[in-house]
Order: sequence, then structure tokens, then C-alpha cells
Amino acid sequence: MQEHILSILIFFPALAAMLGFIVHKDSARAYGITVAAVEFFLSLWLWYLYDPMTSGMQFMESAPLVAAFGINYIVGIDGISLFIIILATFFTMIGIASLTETRRVKDLIVTLLFLEMTMVGVFAALDAVVFYVFWELSLIPMLYIIGAWGGPLRIYASVKFFLYTFTGSLVMLVGMLFMAYFYHQATGQWSFSLLEWYRLILPLNFQLWLFAAFFVGFAIKVPMFPFHTWLPYAHGQAPTIGSVILAAILLKMGTYAFVRFSLPLFPDASVFFMFPIATLAIIMIVYTAMVAYAQEDVKQVVAYSSVSHMGVIVLGTFALNVEGISGSIFLMIAHGVVSGALFLLVGVIYDRRHTKLMSEFGGLASVMPRYATLFGIMMMASVGLPLTINFVGEFLSLLGFYKQSHGFALVAGTAIIVGAIYMLTAYKKMFFGTVTKEENKHLKDVNKTELLALVPLAVITIWLGVYPKPILEPISNSVESIVQLMHDKAQTPEAQKRIPNLGNPEVKNLQQEAH
Amino acid sequence: MLEPINVSLASLNIATLAPMLIAIVGALSILCIDMLKEGLHKSLYVMVSLLFLLLDLGVVIDFGNTFLKNGPVLGMFDMILMDGLAIMGQIIIVAGSMLFIPLALTSKRFHEYNYPEYFALFLFMIAGFQFMVATDNLIMIFVGLETASLALYALIALHNRSKSFEAAVKYFTMGALAAGFFAFGSMILYAITGAIEINQIASVLAADRYADIGYVLVAVSFLLAAFGFKLSMVPFHTWTPDVYEGSTAALAGYMSIVPKIAGFIVAMRLFEFLVHSGVVWLQVILYVAVVVTMTASNIWAMVQTDVKRMLAYSSISHAGFVMAAILIGTTQSNTALFLYWALFGFTNLGAFTMLWVSRQKNLLPGQSSDHAFEKFSGLIKTMPMAAIMMGLFMLSLAGIPPFGLFWGKIYVIASAVSGGYTVLALIMALNSALAAYYYLKLIVYMFMKEPIVGYEKHYLTNASLSLKTIVGIAAIGTIFAVVAVNPLLNVITLFVYNSGY
Repeated sequence: MQEHILSILIFFPALAAMLGFIVHKDSARAYGITVAAVEFFLSLWLWYLYDPMTSGMQFMESAPLVAAFGINYIVGIDGISLFIIILATFFTMIGIASLTETRRVKDLIVTLLFLEMTMVGVFAALDAVVFYVFWELSLIPMLYIIGAWGGPLRIYASVKFFLYTFTGSLVMLVGMLFMAYFYHQATGQWSFSLLEWYRLILPLNFQLWLFAAFFVGFAIKVPMFPFHTWLPYAHGQAPTIGSVILAAILLKMGTYAFVRFSLPLFPDASVFFMFPIATLAIIMIVYTAMVAYAQEDVKQVVAYSSVSHMGVIVLGTFALNVEGISGSIFLMIAHGVVSGALFLLVGVIYDRRHTKLMSEFGGLASVMPRYATLFGIMMMASVGLPLTINFVGEFLSLLGFYKQSHGFALVAGTAIIVGAIYMLTAYKKMFFGTVTKEENKHLKDVNKTELLALVPLAVITIWLGVYPKPILEPISNSVESIVQLMHDKAQTPEAQKRIPNLGNPEVKNLQQEAH
Repeated sequence: MLEPINVSLASLNIATLAPMLIAIVGALSILCIDMLKEGLHKSLYVMVSLLFLLLDLGVVIDFGNTFLKNGPVLGMFDMILMDGLAIMGQIIIVAGSMLFIPLALTSKRFHEYNYPEYFALFLFMIAGFQFMVATDNLIMIFVGLETASLALYALIALHNRSKSFEAAVKYFTMGALAAGFFAFGSMILYAITGAIEINQIASVLAADRYADIGYVLVAVSFLLAAFGFKLSMVPFHTWTPDVYEGSTAALAGYMSIVPKIAGFIVAMRLFEFLVHSGVVWLQVILYVAVVVTMTASNIWAMVQTDVKRMLAYSSISHAGFVMAAILIGTTQSNTALFLYWALFGFTNLGAFTMLWVSRQKNLLPGQSSDHAFEKFSGLIKTMPMAAIMMGLFMLSLAGIPPFGLFWGKIYVIASAVSGGYTVLALIMALNSALAAYYYLKLIVYMFMKEPIVGYEKHYLTNASLSLKTIVGIAAIGTIFAVVAVNPLLNVITLFVYNSGY
């Protein structure tokens, strides 16, 4: 069973979703929680079985799908994907557990379980086509969640979300086909296996074009400036559960794909585009922070702040060294926890007041003290207060980029600090001052169900902020092997200089002597 | 004195006629049954047709085995050519027809199915298409094409509504024009080469190094126009949406698949050597036609208010997509064409059958056409299973993995990539994004809008067990396509490669 644990993790939710059609609608929620909990514990068991000292892929499975065209079902995980998978199963679980939606709950649960399959599948896939299949498939449940349970503009938002991402990924698909074709040219075999692609060294101009093709697909998903325009609509119209999953997991697909595809496949191109992308990332951090400041709707503030922090992740990834990439992956998890929690918190107040306008609130701290505390913790984590989870990731990402360019890291660091302004202002508007609205005077504080979802998140936020080692160590072990691979493949002098060599020092000395 | 013709029966190889003869015998026997006893139920005729088609399919598959062992078979003064293309084309034609003919078994009574002639014509039409693909003789192609087309016009008109008469006449007029173009084109080719077999035309032209290039170009223009009509390429597509709208959903679905594959095979035989002969002009024209057909029809499809018209434009776009494979002209791309069309067949079968299932005899108040988008509003709430099925077919048509058409799509695009058509590959990919919009429109109606009160009573009224079975088959073919792709790919590559394409 252990050797098939990844396939079980991927297809168990899908199978459960099919059976879920039969479950009576009054029991659907309990069924959903059960399935998601089983899935979550399976993923924890995966962590238990995982060997943190190994840097390569583990739990690999392989089966031919379209052998004539080199498409195989290959899955496997390393330290990078392991924790994102756990994050995905965890958020699906608490998402379903804290569900307050009452319209057609059964359909929603079934959709969420299908979505869970696609999320786990994306992060476990090691074959480009399998990756693409899950990547595209994840759009459909989200389209349905936004389009059927969303706000008044839900159809526009959901179609925009779908078309944007779909267009981007089609360009990526062409890139993948080119990659397979080059592999075919080099070896005479068709292959979409990522690990085999890693061995392919391409000339720089091919790398540049392919990097661009993949970039379009990933950047729209992240979403990077200037492709981010679909996200505010999607968040604005999506129901709470949709925003939580979107922010916590789906956006991570883009940044994860940068680490999994762009960097190791095109090291020279990654170095070539390093500063342009860093510039975009910094624009993204600053610009969305400013837009967030101007929002009146608290959910939009959280949405834009989420985009802003994605900028830091991209920056860390393109530091192209162990600190930066490890930091960015850690930040993906941190961002998932924090922004997921913030969307849940916004959902809590929306359920009570059916409005998300900050002007409608004020002085909530005295009415809902527990809510204010939890929101405060998450807000502090979001602005990157030391000893919270975000701080570790942001610090490492910036440290990584500092090694490449002092100036960029300085600007980005300042931008993050400035970012604190809008969060604190939003918090002030909502929680401090006097209670001005009559409706707010008798709001109920967070109830048990909501605490069940929020308290674990707060605990994780602080625990991993104080002691990140259990997660950080496996991550950086795997990142080291990626960085080493990139260094070995690098051809241009610039790339060889920028990407550090982590090789065994003894081997290095021997090489020097040989020269 | 003329020499007496001396032909041994063995050299005629009459067996090569067997597949078509089976269909013709089937048609004749249906007419005979009707003569002996009138007023029999349509289910009898459907089953008789199915049996004959099954025989037909068996014989074609047997030819397939012979082909893999001994290569192409010629017969009837080399008029019949059973090569890989012919065999695969016939398999798709016959199997496609077998899946469509049970759609006559609706629970509502429709005028045309009461006539046994309908089924006889249907079988004659299949024989015509089989003749068309199983030859490289221009005259035989012409005869097959016209047999099939005339039968098809009658089938459309038999629906007996004013719109269907309009459709039949429109199709007939356009078809006649196309036939004229085809005859002109063939005539010019005959005049400059003295041959009517495509492979001989190719070798004569190659031998004198395309000395008469001017005439060749005129001939090719005529032929392109003829195939433009038949395959509904832009700008010769104008009849398609009207004809689809005027015919029943079942027949429209059929028209989107079977006649087209016959057209593709002839186009492949004809244009393949021309594309490879370095006639740049032809490449450019084909390139433009492919891109315009794909893109323009996608844009028109976006603004349609009727699902059937939307699907009509969508099938034009898919035809353009597949024409790209002929333009690329490698073994991989020709393989991709067949793979794509086989998978497209299943998905489109499902989509049109779902329309057919929802067909009511008269328009409801407030309904602008038979299959207006509004009719499908909120279907997930009233009929979840139907909505999920229809959604599945739409997703497959949009090329969302892992559903059927995705695999065809990546293989066609991959063949463009390896054929050196980078820009074309990108255009094809981006066209899928355009297309996603209108497929999504139906999904939005079905899954995200509120149902219109009173419509749900009318939705599935045309469903019968056999229609549901067909939907089930289409759904299984669409969902589990990934399992079938590898064997299909292997077999098709073998057939295409051994036919020299």
C-alpha cells in the first residue's frame, strides 16, 4: 500500500465524490468532512513515511498511458510538493468543516472533493501531460463554485477566471509539446516525463522561447502583474470556501510550477529573465499594496494583500539559490495558511452581517473579542511580524535575493514594510473606535465550528513561526538538488555565476587540481 | 475492328466491392420488405440496417487484416483501392453510422422514420461514402460523392418542416455547385496529364516537373472550392448552420462527422502530393484557409443564440483544425487527423444526441428556436444527470483534459510542432481558448442560471432507451478515451504509414 500511497491520495477524493452523489443531501456535509479528514490523515501518514534526508523523488509510481506518444502516469513527491499537498488536504478539510453555505450543499461538497483530487494531482504529477490534465481539471470545480455559489457578478467572474487561466495554459501546452519534440529530436523517443526532461540541455534561444511559453501559463495562475486582473473579480464574487481554496492552494500551483518546471528546465533563461521578473514581482508587491489600501471592501483588501505576497514568493523563487527558493516554498505554505485563514475570517463576519464593507463595521473588538484576537494574529502574520509563519518565508526569500542584488532586495523589503500600512488601517477601521452601527452591537462572537477551523490555523501560524525546522529542512534538502541540477546544466557564464554550486567541496578541489 | 476485351474474373477482384455491396443489398432488402408488407414499425428497419452495417464493418475489418499482411488491394480495373486510408475511413463511416442509426428510435413520432425509404436512402448514402474513400480514381470519387450527397439531401427534406425543405434545397444548390467545381478541376487535371487516377496524375506531373503549373493551379483552385463546400471551410461554409438548423439534431450530428471524414480522405489523397511537391501557392492558400476557418467560425459561434447553430459553427472550426493536419502533411499529422476525428465522433455524437433527446415537437412559448440556450437554464437543478452529460461533452469539445478530444488536440498540435509549423501550433492552441468561451456559455446556462419554470416537463420527453444507450456509449468513449488512445494511435500509424501518407 505504501508504494501506491500517492495514487490513493489522488484518487480517493474523486472516488468519494462519485459515491457522494448517492449520499442523502442532509448527510452530505458529514460525509464530506469524513472523507476530507481521512484524506488529511493519509497525507499526514505520507509525511510520516517520507524520508526527510533524501533529496530526490519518493513514492514514485509509473504506468504507461499513451506509450506511443511517451505519455506516462508518473507521480512522486519531494520535500517541495509534500507540504503543499498536506496544505491542500488540510484546507479542504477545514474548508468543508467550517462551511456555512446552505444552498445545495451536496453539490458543493462533491465539487470540493473533485477539486481536492486535482490539487493533489497537480503537486504529485511528474509527467508534463499528467500535470497539465490536473492543472486544467482544477479549473472546472472552481468555475462551478464561483459561478453557482458566488455573488451577483458571479458568472462574469467565473468565466473570466476560466478563460484567463485556460488561455495561459494552452500556450504552456504548446511549450510542453515543443519540449517533448526537442526530447524526441535528441533521443529519438517521445517523452513527457519531467525527470527525463531535466537531463535535456537546450541552447539558450530555445530556452528563452520555451521559458516565455511556460511563463505565460504560470504567471496568469500566480497571478503576476499585469495578468492579475481576473483575481479580484474571482475573490470578490466567490463564496468564502472558494476564496479560501483559491488563495491557499490554487494560486500556489503557479509558483510551484516555476520551481518544478521553469527553473530546472531552463536555468540559463531563468537567469536571463531574473531581473525582469524581479521587477515585475516588485511592481506587483508595491502596486497591489497600494490598490489594497484604496479598497473599501475587506475581502478585496485581503485579496490584494494575497497578490502582493505572491510577489514576494516569485521574488524568492527567482533568487535561484537555496535560501531564496526554500524561503519561497516555505512562504507558499505560510501564505496558504495566513491568507486562507484571513478569507475564513472575512467569511465569519460576512455570514453575520452580509456585507464586507469596512465602513459598516468599527469597534468590533469590544463586541467580538475572540474574533478580533484571531483576526489580529492573522493580520500580524500577514504583515510579516517576526515569530509568525510569514516572517520566516519572507526573510529567507529576501535574503536569497539579497545575494543576487542588494538594491532589489532593499526595495522589496521596504515594500513589504509599507504593505503593513493597509493591513493595519483595515484592522483599525474594523475593530477599533466606537461601535457606530446599531446592527453591530449584538453580533455573536465566533462559535465552536468556526473556532475548530481557525484555532488550528493560528496555532500553526505561531508554531511554524517559532520553530520552522521540521518543514524547512526537508524543503531545503530538495531545493539543494534542484539548485545543483541548475548549476550543472547552466551554460552561459552569467548563469554559472548566478546559480551557486553546492557540490561536495572535496569534489570541487579535485576538479581544481585537474585543471 | 476493336479487340475483344479479355478479362479474367480473378483479376477483377470482385471481393473489393463487398463492403459497398453489403450496404446496397441492405438498402434493397429494406425496400423489398416494404413491398411485401407495409406499415412495419421503424424499429425493424433500424435493426435490419444495423445488421447490414455490422456485416459491412466486419468485411472492412477483414480487409484491414489483409492490408496489414499483404498491402493495398486493387480491384475492378484498379477503380477500387483498399489501402489504409480507405479502410480506416470506412471503419469510421460505418461505425459512425451504426451509432447514429439507433437515434431513429425516439419515443416521439417523427414523420420521416415512418418511411422505410429513409433507411434505404441511409444505406445508399453509406455505400456512396464508401465508394468515395475506397478509390483514387477521380470519376469514382465523383460518383460516390454524388450518390451520397443526393441521398443526404433527401434525408434532410424528409423531416417535413419548412425549415428542412429550405435546408435541403440550400444544401442541394451548394452541393451541385461544388460538384461542378469538382468536375471542372478533374477535367483540367485530365487534360494536362491524361490520367484520372490521383497517383498517376502525381507521377505525370512530377515527371514533367510541373511544366503546366498554371493549369495545375486553376485545377487546384476548382478542387479547393469543391472541398471547401463539402468540408464547409470558410468562405464556403455559409450553408452549414442553416442546414444543421433545418435538419434533425440526429442528422445534423451525423453530417458533422461522417460526410466530413470522407471529404478529408479525398482531400488527403489529392492535396498530399501537391503540398509536398513544393507548390508554395497551395500551401499558402491552405494555410490561410485553415486559420480563417478555425478563427472566424469560432467567433461566429460565440454570438449564436441556438445551441445547434453554435455546434454547427463549432464543427466548422473543428474541421478547420483538422484541415491543418492535411496542410502539415506528415505521417504523424495524418495519423492525428484520424485519431482526432474518431474521438470527435464520439463527443459530437453525444452532444447532438443530447440535443435530440431534448427535442420537443412544437416550440414552447417564449422559445425562439428548437434548442435555444434558455431552454437549458438551470438544468443541473431539474435534471442533474442530463446536465452533467451535456457538460461533459462540452468540456471535451473545448479540449479540457482528460476527456476525449484533448488527446486528439494535443496530437494534432504536436504534429504541427514537429512539422515545423510553430505559429500554426500557437494559433491552434489559442483557438481552443476562443472556442472554450462558447462551450462554456452552455455550461453557464446549465449550471449557473435558474431554471425556467415549466420547461423541465419538456426536456427529456424524446428520450428512449436506445437514445440513452447512445448517450452512455458516447460518454464512456469520451471519459475513458485515454485508455483507447494508445492502441488507436498504434493501429492508425500502421495503416497510414503503410499507405504511404
